[in-house]
Amino acid sequence: MLRYTVKRLIQGVITVWFIATATFLAMHSIPGDPLTSDKAVSEEIRKNLEAKYGLDKPLGEQYVIYLANMLQGDFGISFSQENRSVNDIIREHFPVSATLGILAIAFAGLGGILFGALTALYRNRLPDIAIMFLVILGISVPSFVFAALGQLALVNLNDLFGTSVLPVAGWGTVLHMVAPSLVLGLGTMAFLTRLMRSSMLEIVNSDYVRTANSKGLPPTRIFLKHQLRNAILPVITVLGPSIAAITTGGFVVELVFAIPGLGRYFVEAVQQSDYTVIMGTTVFYGAFLVFMVIVVDLLYGLVDPRVRLE
Amino acid sequence: MISGRGHTPFAPRPLAAAGGTDTAAAKPQPAPPSSGADIFNKTAGRDLLLLGLAAIAGFVLLMAVLAWASEATGGASNDALDPVTGTVTVALSTEPPQLDSTRATDMVSGQVLGHTMEGLLRYDQFNRIVPGVAERWEIDSERAVFHLRADARWSEGSPVTAHDFAFAWRTALDPATASEYAFILYSIKNARAANIGELPLDAVGIRIPDDRTLVVELERPTAYFDKLMAFPTFFPIKESFYQATDGRYGADAEELLYNGPFAITRWVHGASLRMERNPHYWDQDRIRIQAIDHAYITSDINAVINLYKDGKIAMAGLSAETLEDALDRRWNLHRFVDGSVFYIGLNHRPERVTSNLNLRKAMQLVTDSAELVYKVIKLPGNLPGESLFPVWLKGVNGYFRQEYPAPRPVIDIDRAREHLARAKEELGYDEMPPLIFLTGDNPASNKQSEYFQEVYKSRLGLEVKIDRQIFKQRLAKMTAGDYDMVLAGWGPDYADPLTFGDLFASWNQNNRGRYANPVLDEWVAVAQSSLDPEERMQAFAAIQRILHDDVVILMNYERGSVYVRDPRLQGVVRRAVGTDPDFTNAWIEG
Repeated sequence: MLRYTVKRLIQGVITVWFIATATFLAMHSIPGDPLTSDKAVSEEIRKNLEAKYGLDKPLGEQYVIYLANMLQGDFGISFSQENRSVNDIIREHFPVSATLGILAIAFAGLGGILFGALTALYRNRLPDIAIMFLVILGISVPSFVFAALGQLALVNLNDLFGTSVLPVAGWGTVLHMVAPSLVLGLGTMAFLTRLMRSSMLEIVNSDYVRTANSKGLPPTRIFLKHQLRNAILPVITVLGPSIAAITTGGFVVELVFAIPGLGRYFVEAVQQSDYTVIMGTTVFYGAFLVFMVIVVDLLYGLVDPRVRLE
Repeated sequence: MISGRGHTPFAPRPLAAAGGTDTAAAKPQPAPPSSGADIFNKTAGRDLLLLGLAAIAGFVLLMAVLAWASEATGGASNDALDPVTGTVTVALSTEPPQLDSTRATDMVSGQVLGHTMEGLLRYDQFNRIVPGVAERWEIDSERAVFHLRADARWSEGSPVTAHDFAFAWRTALDPATASEYAFILYSIKNARAANIGELPLDAVGIRIPDDRTLVVELERPTAYFDKLMAFPTFFPIKESFYQATDGRYGADAEELLYNGPFAITRWVHGASLRMERNPHYWDQDRIRIQAIDHAYITSDINAVINLYKDGKIAMAGLSAETLEDALDRRWNLHRFVDGSVFYIGLNHRPERVTSNLNLRKAMQLVTDSAELVYKVIKLPGNLPGESLFPVWLKGVNGYFRQEYPAPRPVIDIDRAREHLARAKEELGYDEMPPLIFLTGDNPASNKQSEYFQEVYKSRLGLEVKIDRQIFKQRLAKMTAGDYDMVLAGWGPDYADPLTFGDLFASWNQNNRGRYANPVLDEWVAVAQSSLDPEERMQAFAAIQRILHDDVVILMNYERGSVYVRDPRLQGVVRRAVGTDPDFTNAWIEG
């Protein structure tokens, strides 16, 4: 177990280094740079700017300097917000995105498992058909549509009650978190529901459930211990990538609900060719996701004793 | 065998069949005529329900814990207007990227700085230049002298002095600051030389005879020097405070010192920015509201409208998509021209086909800006573009465009085809090669570029290839000359026609199509250094004529904006040049 963990961590570091290098090269190969601006600056002013940010050095040297700084945990200063360091941006905004992400994952995971079990239980009957219809909707409609519709629904809800039931946008209190986390988790929940349903149905036909039935175990016990626990395994497997989808897909939700999360910086940095923020957020998210996948794999071993981690 | 939960072990049951929905009954039921499947479903369903309730409880608990942990990021949820506390709540489109006035370049930073700082002079609600920190001033062809008022104060109580201006301007010119807007100071003597490191900063023509007098030597006569004084790069900075921030000046609310009507009291990056009345500001009588709360930061125009509908913000801009909804709700719409002019820039580099005048003429004769504005963009407020000089610019006495009307646009497809035939002959083509049309990657640009593609195809038989690029990449391609046509625009820095007039001078870096015409350059030189208003306006009229006759650009539109505003909020100033929107004169009714 320990050896396995160490091995995975080393692999993870190599992956992150690869991400950093690929991003660095891709970023420098697209036309335009952070100093390109709407109003053209004179040759002299541009030279001043290049010298200030070290962009006058050859690319190889910039790469070495960058890696050295990164190893010391310094991602540099943002180009578009020149007074803020990338470390500050990550420190201030990642907790917001993480809060939103944890809630969305919790919502998606719990909802997916419950609805998946429910549909399997009522297979081909009304609850199943109704929920599966919604699931297909949830999988096929992109999150920005849900975000816009969800917000509109809140406006109408508040209008109906004549008072502010839930805030339409903003961040800071529990109430601010409800709508965006539901919207953000909806797509993943739909996906997990479908996964859970098929995995439940598969297990219901398995020998050990039949055995449990025939030896007269009470249904509650069969359901909880034999069906649910086994059916949940594939769901945990996809949870890792789901965390990736949710944390990076939060951009639109953060924009629509005016949430000060990291997702907005992540996407806007690319549009502004803000080199340091692109590198900082990409490497940070990369490291975070690699770590989450390792955690999920370790968790898998705990949930399913048949899996040996070696 | 022992279930441990007190179920009766030996209940009669059918053998489980495939599908698993039918299985044992849990308890001896009072025998309703129901199948085993139903009973299983009921029991398992009840389990599921309990699990569900537990899940919801867990979810709520998690939410509470996270909310408690992230308390510091808090935002407000006040109503749009609070007459009791005098607070106006609005949204900002983005976080202000730079509040160090020597380095600020964007509209949002300009809007915040316009409320929290004050220059020597400022624009009033009628866009006239009026005294700011300076109570009187004299400008002649060689120098400008500003006399500072005695009661101008920083937000910590100390007086605003001539040193504060001299320090800010020298900092902006310092090559180490690398200010993008340093060029706007170039009408000060030796400013350019100091900015490119040829002369020391001490050589810049700024003298301080005493704390309340600032003397500026000019590089050349500058007719619009007074108007520059309202621009953020000319705002003051207190040297001792600036040095104490250790390079973080403007990064946070506490890292700034204010001399304007408002001061930032709370700034949560990316979330909110609150400004409250600055008690040390000298002109208290002018200010009627107590606080401006930017409680939301989002560029999503639908989110902004939803916040307005919900009564959370007092003002919201409209797009073509949200306009219909606004009309349905019978909201009172307000509009204003935001000052910017949009056009198709043409590449005049000799290796490009667009350097051929006949081709450009042919395109001009089929480019119908009225059709673009009324049938394609369809947002009220925009005006069909007829001249690079927008309608709001002042001339000698009245408006420039009334004194010197733009050449009337003519649409004539037959004449256009004649010009095209001549162009083909001159260029030696039987069939014109496709034109590369560089555009932005957003819905508005897509709509406009596809419209033009269709126009040139159907009216002239020209192939147009659209090259969509995001902002910086588009600028890089423009600078490299990698295009034939480009959707472009220009916004003013100061309220003088020169802010547009020098755009196509051969020396101007922003002349990315490399148009070069010595006659136009001469007129620009006249407009730059003449002090005679009549002579200057004639120069601009000549430039306007050349831009049209030589088809330097194809005019599209003057941008207008439509917005809704809480009717109780009065006195908000929207303007083409300067702080926009400006709440300093606003008040709440009722």
